[in-house]
Amino acid sequence: MGKLTDRASLVQAREALKKEIDSNKCRILICAGTGCVAGGSGEIYDKMCQLVEGHPGIEVKFEDHVDHGDGDIAVRKSGCHGFCEMGPLLKIEPQDILYTKVKLEDCEEIFHKTIVGGELIPRLLVQQDGMEVPKQEEINFYKKQNRNVLKNCGHIDAEHIEEYLAIGGYKALEKVLFDMEPQAVIDEVSAAGLRGRGGAGFPTGKKWAQVAGQKEPKRYVVCNGDEGDPGAFMDRSIMEGDPHKMIEGMAIAAYAVGSDEGYIYVRAEYPLAIERLRNAIAQAEEWGLLGDNILGTDFSFRLHINRGAGAFVCGEGSALTASIEGNRGMPRVKPPRTVEQGLFDKPTVLNNVETYANVPMILDNGADWFKSIGVEKNHGTKAFALTGSVKNTGLIEVPMGTTLREVIYDIGGGIKDGGQFKAVQIGGPSGGCLTAEHLDLPLDFDSLKKIGAMIGSGGMVVMDDKTCMVEVARFFMNFTQNESCGKCVPCREGTKRMLEILERIVAGKGTLEDLDVLEELSEMITDTALCGLGKCAAQPVMSTLQFFREEYEQHVVEKKCVSRNCEALRKFVIDPDKCKGCSKCARNCPAGAISGQIRKAYSIDFDTCIKCGACVADCAFDAIHIEW
Amino acid sequence: MLEKEYYDKTDEIIAAHGRTQADLIPIIQEIQEAYRYLPPELLTYVAKELSIPESQAYSVATFYENFSFEPKGKFLIKVCDGTACHVRKSIPILETLYKELGLSKDKQTTDDMLFTLETVSCLGACGLAPVLTVNDKVYPAMTPEKAIEMINELRGA
Repeated sequence: MGKLTDRASLVQAREALKKEIDSNKCRILICAGTGCVAGGSGEIYDKMCQLVEGHPGIEVKFEDHVDHGDGDIAVRKSGCHGFCEMGPLLKIEPQDILYTKVKLEDCEEIFHKTIVGGELIPRLLVQQDGMEVPKQEEINFYKKQNRNVLKNCGHIDAEHIEEYLAIGGYKALEKVLFDMEPQAVIDEVSAAGLRGRGGAGFPTGKKWAQVAGQKEPKRYVVCNGDEGDPGAFMDRSIMEGDPHKMIEGMAIAAYAVGSDEGYIYVRAEYPLAIERLRNAIAQAEEWGLLGDNILGTDFSFRLHINRGAGAFVCGEGSALTASIEGNRGMPRVKPPRTVEQGLFDKPTVLNNVETYANVPMILDNGADWFKSIGVEKNHGTKAFALTGSVKNTGLIEVPMGTTLREVIYDIGGGIKDGGQFKAVQIGGPSGGCLTAEHLDLPLDFDSLKKIGAMIGSGGMVVMDDKTCMVEVARFFMNFTQNESCGKCVPCREGTKRMLEILERIVAGKGTLEDLDVLEELSEMITDTALCGLGKCAAQPVMSTLQFFREEYEQHVVEKKCVSRNCEALRKFVIDPDKCKGCSKCARNCPAGAISGQIRKAYSIDFDTCIKCGACVADCAFDAIHIEW
Repeated sequence: MLEKEYYDKTDEIIAAHGRTQADLIPIIQEIQEAYRYLPPELLTYVAKELSIPESQAYSVATFYENFSFEPKGKFLIKVCDGTACHVRKSIPILETLYKELGLSKDKQTTDDMLFTLETVSCLGACGLAPVLTVNDKVYPAMTPEKAIEMINELRGA
């Protein structure tokens, strides 16, 4: 395909591509997201290709053929379907059949029985209330979702721009270039009330207007794909599964603010996302949808990719731009803000992946459509990565304002292994935890802020009654302390001291005063740290202290960990009825904590015991057990 | 002093990127990919070629977690200890691997240069937790037993 040089040729190409895809009687989509690839979906794809190719009488066109031809069956690698727990996934369109946990050995059967014979294979279907559910749209996991941003993930082949074009891709860019003034684009995004999906929820239209209003003519459009929050992978899935949607959003932003150059900053831990983005940019350039004089207009936009190098703090705006400039990724004091002096000291629009991915849909369908989804002041949908102790882990998208209960129980299927719901950690190491009393809280920027939590980028880790909240707080503090860049004292020193205290508590050496110091430090760091990382560093501690203070107190006063997590709080106890007084344990105890008289019951001194467990292994009479 | 081919390769990488400060990180990333570590001599060389003070190049290379001045083993194992993996018990896997390979937090590479064991904060494969990667290949739903099996396989490979 040559470069598209005007509007008509894009419209024509789109129609032709759509016709080709429609001519497929059947499309086999194999999920090629990170999760399913790890489960072997690459081999499944190869096998399905072989089968379809080797079947006489069926003419098929494969991936490498850009023109889809009039093949009967198409085999495609799709982006992440979101249902990662059940991977590898194989979907058959247009019948909308979703096969789960597919193995290489199943391929022959799928081909002969389902594709050729039209018969379902029950064992590969999702089980729901004792019934097999063949159609994806009927599966509970999907039923309650509203997949807009993720619509194409799992539906189109992310490695081919043709698929994106065929379903109406780059229509929004076409519309703004030919029918709208830049200011009108900003007005539309403002009217839609789109708020940044990266965490803070800043109005996107306002940000764009601020950049557009700068005197400096050179402006940059930057995408924050440094999704570093542990437990979040929404942006990864968009970059991997539908890269063009985000690229189109960036191009629209560039047009709106008068920029001709952009950067995508992706964390190095996402090699597949980087590969797909590189490929997508190359294809868009080839088609004339990126580069100079896009579609024959005066608008030019070049896009670069920068790989992160393993620093969480680079998710912060000024640290991210510093990193692109080739410096240490350390945040700086603001103002000047990024919109005034961002990348290379030029005005910069910095939004995250999901925010950009929302933009083409808003321009396509209008602000009113967008506003019809979600709740007051929190419009549209939000993608969440649902993980932890929940039955259906994966990537979901729901309208803003959906309750936590709907997400965890209706979509997530409830708690895994029959456990009890205890809390949800939302917003990663900068967020807070929500408890059972918040189950009916609507998930939106403002409701969460009110109770001291935040949506953050959208990581949602569900915890059951076997999770110790003090240990969780320690875990996050350890993460933040590791990732603190060291520039400002409150964060560098404060997180270190807080971590020391938390480590002391889980080691059974904490005191009640420690809890007060934790609170004091939390407040101080929140008030005085330089950047968002520091300001939010104490959040997990503050919210666990608020909602699970009892658990902290059990750790420091009773030296007990009821969730049976903190090993240092275990107690080894000798049962006097079972103990024969053989003295073997006492002789072998490395700490000399066991004493007694031969042929009488021995006992363990808790303070001397180092909890190594050697005595349990030694005892021939099964007389030593662990108490929590 | 490194052999000449190291410098030739570095020249090639610099030529593909450019000579501004903004090219520094992509250049040293590519060097690290080529040799699985960043030879300090090459960092000095790159700084000189890019006309950046060596101290500054060093400050950048030491800031980011991904750069290593120490050679790494043939198999780079990264155990994910992100939140989702952590609550699904990733630490016992890490400890098992430390024990099996005779490594620790302070000694991450085996003497035979076969294995390097690191932790990583999140690989974004949370749906399959707990996970680990070996040279970027993701191993889903791991257990300590499966980890040992994996090591034995890699040893034989």
